[in-house]
Amino acid sequence: MGYALGVLTLSCIQGIAALGLAIFTGFTGQFSLGHAAFMGIGAYTAALLTYFAGVPFVIAVVAGALAATVISLVIGVPTLKAKLRSDYFAIAIMGFGEAVRVILENLQITQGARGLPGITRYTNLPVALLALAIMAWLARNFILSKYGWRAIAVREDPVAAEMMGIDLFRTKLLSLGASAFFSGVAGGLLAHYLMFIQPVMFTNVQSTQLIAAVVAGGIGSLTGPVLAAAIFIIIPELLRVANMWRLVIYGLMLILIMVFRPAGLMGYHELSLEWLRGLGRRNRRLTTNA
Amino acid sequence: MGELKVFLQTLITGLAIGGVYALMAVGYSLVFSILNFSNFAHGVVIMLGAYFGYYMCTLFHLPISLATTGAMLGAGLLAIANEKLAYRPLRLRSAVPLYFMISAMGASMFLENMVYVTVGAHFFSYPEVFKGSLSILHAKIGLLDVVALCVSAVAITGLTLFLNKAKLGIAIRAASRDMTVAGALGVNIDKLLSVVFFIAGAFAGIAGVFLGVKYMVYPTMGWITNKAYIAAVIGGIGSLPGAVIGGIILGVVESFVATYVSTALRDVFSFSLLVVLLMVMPSGLLGKTLEEKV
Repeated sequence: MGYALGVLTLSCIQGIAALGLAIFTGFTGQFSLGHAAFMGIGAYTAALLTYFAGVPFVIAVVAGALAATVISLVIGVPTLKAKLRSDYFAIAIMGFGEAVRVILENLQITQGARGLPGITRYTNLPVALLALAIMAWLARNFILSKYGWRAIAVREDPVAAEMMGIDLFRTKLLSLGASAFFSGVAGGLLAHYLMFIQPVMFTNVQSTQLIAAVVAGGIGSLTGPVLAAAIFIIIPELLRVANMWRLVIYGLMLILIMVFRPAGLMGYHELSLEWLRGLGRRNRRLTTNA
Repeated sequence: MGELKVFLQTLITGLAIGGVYALMAVGYSLVFSILNFSNFAHGVVIMLGAYFGYYMCTLFHLPISLATTGAMLGAGLLAIANEKLAYRPLRLRSAVPLYFMISAMGASMFLENMVYVTVGAHFFSYPEVFKGSLSILHAKIGLLDVVALCVSAVAITGLTLFLNKAKLGIAIRAASRDMTVAGALGVNIDKLLSVVFFIAGAFAGIAGVFLGVKYMVYPTMGWITNKAYIAAVIGGIGSLPGAVIGGIILGVVESFVATYVSTALRDVFSFSLLVVLLMVMPSGLLGKTLEEKV
């Protein structure tokens, strides 16, 4: 029973991180290969605060998320200001993720590559569920706000959006900051659930898992990526698949989704009663809406 | 004298690795110039090229020249398969670049981890080839570096001639201007893209063999190709001379940073160079101004 609860807790945490990337990739249309680094920053900041300074858990997690946001702005301002194409940006943020890992591995206070053990466990299933609910509510409000609408406009057609007077730089930067905040919260929760963190947890593999969740869950959906993130945690646990096969399957899945159903599990839709009712008479517009 | 010796050695090493970067960067640029997206799966094609070459050398005991030819063929065919399976359906639907990138990312993850699962994470080293060294002005220069530089130069010159003189090369240049119009004027886009991906893959095969001989063969060696991508971006992605210049610049600069500053900082330095350069020149040194198509 404890094991099942643990898997569910991890699913909730991964769901929060997926929400963040959904804002950036699914709604703003930007590609990131380094969001795990923001999780890492959140995790380390929160863990160090509770571990060394005895800061209350909630404040530590929020501080970690804010730290991730600030760092995301540090990398986001120069790269987004330069109006980098989204693929240049993707590679720049990947290099940034590498740099974060190298720094975490070489700092004294993070105890290098060996990792930071002995973090108090504050995260459990109710806490993770509550956090997921709050973050989902925040994400929904963000998307429904005028900032969210601007982000969607940028995703659909950056040129037209700019002509309408939308500031591309500010919109993308805001999305990046918001998504880094979500990743930071997920990192902080993760650190206080696993009680041990290590720089290697926040590398490419984690970034690609998040991308896989967002793409499979559906571009332009919040509930889809959360669902997909949970499925990607739960199914390998059930099947006890080796980590490597999991990545092989994720890769294949990304191609298959792009080729056959770019909308993903529930692209441009949210999990709701209406969506479930409409499931039977789904039109083809979705799959051709490239 | 010692100063000059170190300088010369650093320069030649930089030029040699720069030549290999250029070989890889050409692959990114060719594909980009036509399909307008960054082919993140190019890295695994290079990695598998290195594996093909390695197995040709060890299993069939082929000489390195034949093994390289085999690696070129293998990697070329792999690149064609990649295009046909992962990009062609998107192309026919004229999907946005984001979808191409995700698909490329998927192909990269799939192939890299497939190697992990089947071959394992072992490091393999090629049989010893080009072991000797030349002595120029008292500086010892590895034979491998010289060979790599020469082969890269020949391959890239050959490609430039092909693109400028051959009928197919002209068709490729036409398609890079406007794929739709080229198609309407009677160029078979499907075949043309197979040729483009084959060339990119064949160059990846050569680069893979050189990387394998110089360093080792292992599943994550595709990481090095990120720097080739940086080289392509620095030179102006989509431009062939740009890819060569970017590759050479990056190789030489990295080599000097490694010698005179610090080896650990080398990679961080490359990424910073990329960001700084793009802030000043968003389309790279020789790139055309790029608006992302929607």
